[in-house]
Formats: sequence, C-alpha cells, structure tokens
Amino acid sequence: MKRALRGGCIAVLLLWLACALGGRLLPLQPDAIDLTQVFAPPSAADWLGRDELGRSLAARVISGAGVSCGVGLAVTLVALLVGVSVGLAAALAGGLVDLLLTRLIDIFMAFPGILLAIALAGVLGPGLDNVVWALAAVSWVGFARLARAQTYAIKSRDHVLAARALGSGRTVLIGRHILPLIVAPLVVEASFVLAGAVVAEAGLSFLGLGVQAPAASWGNMIRQAMQFLLVAPHMLPGPCLALMSLVVCANVLGDGLRERWQLQGSQENKR
Amino acid sequence: MLNALMLRIGLALGVALGVATLVFLLLHLAPGDPVEAMLGESASAADRAALRTAMGLDAPLPTQWLGYVRGLLHGDLGLALGSQHPVSALILARLPQTALLAASALVLALALALPLGLRAALRPGGGWDRVTSTLAVLGMSLPSFVLGPLLMMAFAVWLGWLPVSGSDEAATLVLPALTLGLALAAPLARMVRVAVGETLREPFIVAAHARGLSGQRVLWRHALRNAALPVLTLVGMQLGALLGGAVVTEMVFGWAGIGQLVLEAIQRRDYPLVQGCVLTISLSYVAINLLTDVLYQVADPRVRAA
Repeated sequence: MKRALRGGCIAVLLLWLACALGGRLLPLQPDAIDLTQVFAPPSAADWLGRDELGRSLAARVISGAGVSCGVGLAVTLVALLVGVSVGLAAALAGGLVDLLLTRLIDIFMAFPGILLAIALAGVLGPGLDNVVWALAAVSWVGFARLARAQTYAIKSRDHVLAARALGSGRTVLIGRHILPLIVAPLVVEASFVLAGAVVAEAGLSFLGLGVQAPAASWGNMIRQAMQFLLVAPHMLPGPCLALMSLVVCANVLGDGLRERWQLQGSQENKR
Repeated sequence: MLNALMLRIGLALGVALGVATLVFLLLHLAPGDPVEAMLGESASAADRAALRTAMGLDAPLPTQWLGYVRGLLHGDLGLALGSQHPVSALILARLPQTALLAASALVLALALALPLGLRAALRPGGGWDRVTSTLAVLGMSLPSFVLGPLLMMAFAVWLGWLPVSGSDEAATLVLPALTLGLALAAPLARMVRVAVGETLREPFIVAAHARGLSGQRVLWRHALRNAALPVLTLVGMQLGALLGGAVVTEMVFGWAGIGQLVLEAIQRRDYPLVQGCVLTISLSYVAINLLTDVLYQVADPRVRAA
C-alpha cells in the first residue's frame, strides 16, 4: 500500500518534470488568444476550458509547470549551497563565528512564513529571478540549522579526529569525512524545501508579486480564476489541482525518505 | 528560574533588534535609488530632495540606522508616503482585524486538532488515525490561496450560505477563519497524536494504570498534561505560519487587516508603510514565541528546576 503510494508519487513528479522540460515540444499554445472561445467550458478537445482571453487552460497549466519546477529547483539549490556553507562554517569554526551565525539564523527565523519573501519580492520588483532570490533568502535557514547541528554531532567523532591527526586539509575533512554523513538529512530537508518553494512561488504570483502576465504560473492562474469566479468557475480547479498534486507528492516522498533512512528510529518508536 | 527567564528575554530583545535592522535595510535593497522608486520618474528634483531630507536618506547609513532604531523606541515608524499619516496609526487601525482573524483561526484549529489527534493516539492504526494523517498531509499541502478560493466557490458561490468577501459583518469572518484554521489544524493534529502517543507509552502511565486509576483519569490527569508541552511549543511556532498565511488569506477574502495593508503599500511603493507592517507582524511573532517559552517554563517543573 505504502509502496504503491510512493510509486504513484514518483510517477506524478516525473510527469510534472516532463511537462516542465518537454512542454515546449508539445503542439500547445499557452499564449494563443482566441476571442471566439472566451470562457469556453471544458470540452473533449479542451479538457480544462478557456480563460478570459480564450487561451487554453490546459496549455497554460502545462507551461506553468516549467515555472514551478524551475523556481522550486533553483531556490532549493541556492538555499542548499548558502545554508550548508553557513552551517558548516558555524559548526567548524565554533566560538564567536558560531555565535554570530546562530544569531543571524535566529533573526531570519523570526520572520513568520513567507512574509520576508513578500517584502523582498515587493521591494525588488516583479520578475522570475527576484522571486528566486526572495525565496532563497527565506529557505537557506533550514539547511543552515540542520547542517550546523549535524556537523556538530559528527566533528568530534573518532574518524574525523583521526583524519585530522593524519593532517587532512579542510577540503578533505569536509568533503570526505563530514558531508557524506550529513547528506541524508539534507536531502530529506531539500524535498520539503522544494515543496515549500513551489507553494511560495505560486503564493507570490497569486499576490501579483511573482510571474507577470502573459506568462503563465499556477499562482497567477489562480489569481485570474478568482477574478472570474462567478462567470467562469471552471478556471479554478486546473491550477489548484496541479499545484496540490506536485506538493503532496513531494511531501509524501520526503516523509518516505525520512522513514527509510532512519529506519531504526522509527521501528523503536513503534514498540 | 529567574535567570533563565532573563536570558530568554535578553535573547528575544537581541533578535528583535536584528529583525528591525533587516527591515531597515530592506529599503536600501530596492534597485536604484529608493526615492526614485517611491516617487516615480516624473517627480521634480526639488520633490526628490525634499523626500530625501525628510526621510534622512542623505545621512550616512549608520546614522540613518540609529535614527530608525531611536524612532522605533518611541513608537515612531515614520510617515506613510502618500497620505503623510503616521505609519503607526495606520497599522493600529488595521491590527484588531488581523488579531480577530488569527484568534478565530487558532480557536478553530485547536477545536479540530485536539479531539482528532487524541482519538488517533488512543487507537494507533485505527480509522481515526488514518483520517487524521490523511487530513494532515492534505492540510499541509493546501496553501491558503488554493483552499480559500475553493471554500469560497463552495460556500459562497454555489451554496450561497456565506458572503464572498469583505470584513464588515460577522459572517464574513467564517471563511477566512476556516481557511487559516484548517491549515493550522493539520500539523497540530499530527503533533497531538505523536505527543499523546509517546506519553501513553511512558512508564508512569503504566504505573498509574497499575495503581488502579481509571483510564479516563490517567488520560486527563497524567497523559494530557505531559503531552501539552510539545503541543504548546508547536502552537507558538505555527503562529508564525499563521501570521504569514494571514497576509495571503486577507488578500483572498478582502479582509481589511494588516496583511492587506502591506500588499497595498507594496503596490503604491510606500516603503515606510511596508517596513512598518513587516516589522509589526514579525515582532508580534517574536513576542508570541517568548510568551510560549515563558509558559513552557511555568508548565514544566523539569525546565523550572534546570
């Protein structure tokens, strides 16, 4: 049952990734305006119907996958790099550096939810790259905390001390003796950050601070659907379901990975 | 205990100062000249110079920062750009609406999460457990800008039971509170289930049963009191997500709170107002977390002794 669920989730994620990568190859026109088809309800030819300019909603949902996956991956990557560097630096340097970096992390954690991203995106101005920076500025903290805590637990283990005594340089120490041991929790965190970044991008676009029309993003599609809720309710489900499916699957997979890599812990809990 | 308390308060004050500094720097992150961004390209040189002087932007950065922090200590957040009203007055006018929304959502979330999580914990793997965990995953994956429009479509458009949006009558509170409350209930129910489940396996619960205490008494007097602590911490942490989510939810339902104010301010490029709103929301979060910390110390004798 669980295995089937996870298989399904992987399939859905791969499907969206395929849409993001190969959506352009399909004979779809997300920007093609057809004023004879304004608000056309879903039909056999057009599964999701048309929007206020007669554009195909299905084509726009598929092209929106590119934005969601692209922003999600970019944010996760930037946040991972920055966060892990900060976390490693704090744990390995210790002392004053550690104290200052930990306080910095605390300060970033004090901004509730995506409020900091909203403010940053608002000040930086709309645009895809600004969305990535704004969201990365919020997401690096989780990685930093995790990397710091994990490195702290590992850095005085025997094998690290031995490597150090043998005269290993910092690069070897981090790359061969520390990073491999903290990779698993970081990957789990990355799956949750990815899901969070996809939601946050859609949120910013929904607020009008992210991807701007005519480009399609699930967030700004939901925003448009809200404006025409009374006239054309069929505009709402498509982008909502697309977003939900991507996020639910990323979260389920993250949970799955966590269980798998900490198998002992979870079994002890069951007893 | 007093020492620990002072340490907590000191740390929280430090974080608050850091938050204020970051918010202060926000203005200088705007691409190009902040004055130009605020006034637009058509503004005259005299207008620009006037605004620059009025906001103290011609002083060196450290001086500006000192001025900003000094203003904060006096409750002065500056003047809003267009109307020239004090930012603090504009925020105070909207704060009660956001507080009402957040409080209703919290009450709703607790009313849903406590019974669900409790039932799930009493029979692990049972029907309620499965319902709770499914709802928790769904609730955590449903952002308020998806759940909100869907609820609006169901209850306001199709069924016509509730008003679509606004913030003037009591009925308009229901949908936004539901949207925020459900999102909060999801992780809470999960936490209640884990916390109660773990407490029920503790030796002192077995001992209480062995002394012949009734199941109900063990549950209410022994298990729940101990399970309350991690749940309390999570409530404090999740209130942050609640405040952040309130910004989006207020926008969905046209609820005239501080979240809507910050979005209006962003659209008008009214940076002093944006700064004021972000600072107010973040500092409330810092204060709430401090409060949970203090409550934790009061509620848990082990922390008190340490």
